[in-house]
Amino acid sequence: MEKFIEISQKGNHPISRRKLLGGMATAAVAIVQTANGQVIQKSISQSDIDPTKKVGLGPGEIGSRSLFVKSVKKPSEISSRSPLQDFYGMITPSDLHFERHHAGVPVIDPSKHELLIHGLVKKPMIFTVADLKRFPSVSRIAFLECSGNFRGGKEQLSPQEICGLTSQSEWTGVKLSTIFNEVGVKPNATWFLAEGGDAAVMTRSIPIKKGWDDAIIAYAQNGEVLRPEQGYPIRLFLPGWEGNTNVKWLRRIELSDQAFYTREETSKYTEPIKDGKYRIFSFDMDARSIITFPSFPQKIEKGWIEIRGLAWSGRGKVVQVEVSVDAGKSWHLAQLNPPILDKAHVHFRYLWNWKGDETEILSRVTDETGYLQPTLKQLYQARGNEGGYHMNPITAWQIKRDGNVLFKVESN
Amino acid sequence: MKKYGVNVAFVFTLLVILSSFEHAGNSSKLEIANDSIPTSFGIGRIATQKEIDLLDIAIRPDGKGLPKGTGLVSYGRQIFDTKCVVCHGAGGIGGVSGSLVTNKTSTKRREKTIGNYWPYATTVFDYIRRAMPFNEPGSLTNEEVYHLTAFLLHANGIIDSTTKITSKSLPAIQMPAKNLFLMDDRKGGLEVK
Repeated sequence: MEKFIEISQKGNHPISRRKLLGGMATAAVAIVQTANGQVIQKSISQSDIDPTKKVGLGPGEIGSRSLFVKSVKKPSEISSRSPLQDFYGMITPSDLHFERHHAGVPVIDPSKHELLIHGLVKKPMIFTVADLKRFPSVSRIAFLECSGNFRGGKEQLSPQEICGLTSQSEWTGVKLSTIFNEVGVKPNATWFLAEGGDAAVMTRSIPIKKGWDDAIIAYAQNGEVLRPEQGYPIRLFLPGWEGNTNVKWLRRIELSDQAFYTREETSKYTEPIKDGKYRIFSFDMDARSIITFPSFPQKIEKGWIEIRGLAWSGRGKVVQVEVSVDAGKSWHLAQLNPPILDKAHVHFRYLWNWKGDETEILSRVTDETGYLQPTLKQLYQARGNEGGYHMNPITAWQIKRDGNVLFKVESN
Repeated sequence: MKKYGVNVAFVFTLLVILSSFEHAGNSSKLEIANDSIPTSFGIGRIATQKEIDLLDIAIRPDGKGLPKGTGLVSYGRQIFDTKCVVCHGAGGIGGVSGSLVTNKTSTKRREKTIGNYWPYATTVFDYIRRAMPFNEPGSLTNEEVYHLTAFLLHANGIIDSTTKITSKSLPAIQMPAKNLFLMDDRKGGLEVK
């Protein structure tokens, strides 16, 4: 549904339709208007136009990525993974934030969307989206990670495929505690139910302490209103807690003196521990790190390499990240790029002079509770080997003599 | 009266800050007056019972929230065969969206089902009513949801074919998976759990 505005090629001659359709032998850039009116550059083939000999596109209404960049999420039927290997620094671009939803992304008119708070409160109340924006606001940078964020099983896996269900944004909204004060929470309230306005009408029970501590009803992400995939117009944001509890398209909060044991907190999002038992209400995301460069399918060359990656903890700040370049025999402290924030991805780096030998590189994080990121073996020892949610093992990359990088598969 | 009181407190706080600023001279910084946050912002509106009833669909394990109605296994089977079998398989076994009923004859890896993994029967009613069928969410009547709940409990061997399900009897049903779950006891620190 794109409308061509202008097509140019080297030498500034117009390109014929026949040339366009037949073989694409000539380098060219097209300026096109998309279905929603956005004007973007689009590659017709490999461009070798001298940018100093051709006036570029004028100012536009909305920015776009360079036509030489292809950074995309990896969608499946139920989720879409962030390209961690493409990121610099600590913020995830909003349009590359991972997605997970249970019945698709709803279309919600914000002028018709309201939040009901009732149950064990003195005043059951309804707030419009505009109402919520009038309360004192709060902003914080924090990660959001799905607790089902672990893949393995083959060597040809990228950071995006292994661990792409984590992303980081600046979230802005009103503290839930501000709203609690407004409605007057009764002293016997111990839990609250958060309910989404999507086709799954998804629900989770949350201990009330989290609501008072640091929960946010977020309406903005990275400086703009939420994206539909992230819960537009409002979502619950619970720093450091498993993604599913951060209920999107929030429409109702019910204060209660007990948990509701919804489908998502019983038959889903519970994980095996030992002796045929399962863990329920596992909210905190344990500390994790992953090297994003070098990683599959990149290829490295001999010489100095800055190993880079992300580390985070749902229980507080990252204290240190260690990197091993000899398959875990010895460990070295990585540099942490400030700021190091509470319950946030931190970008780490470690300089390594690769001499061309075959080896494995790994990272492991320690958080401020003293928790050290475990190996997959340790996780299996502690929980049995069924896998499941909340898997945060150390990830190792094999460095081959030819410079190829492969994920190290560990069996149970 | 209340609003007037808040204003007095606010003005007083402001005076305290201003006077401390004056005494300390140029080196002092203005403090943020948190005391000025009102007890109520007066934003939002009181929800009527009618507005609450329209949205309040959650069912608790103790049965709070269950509507009136009766579920019959035979009726539930008919609805299942019409609206659910496509995704969940014949008799609730082996569908593309996963089994709902434990297959006791299977030698494959055990699937998590209502019979072996759901701790509360009330959750079955709650979830079907809120999200099923996937292509027509929220389209079932309360009575249909009761029938389906009865059928799925029977198919999992939890109730017999003649047992009727009501708002009284559903919360009293003991599910096989009731004692399968332990509260999270991870606390960070040195231990891997």
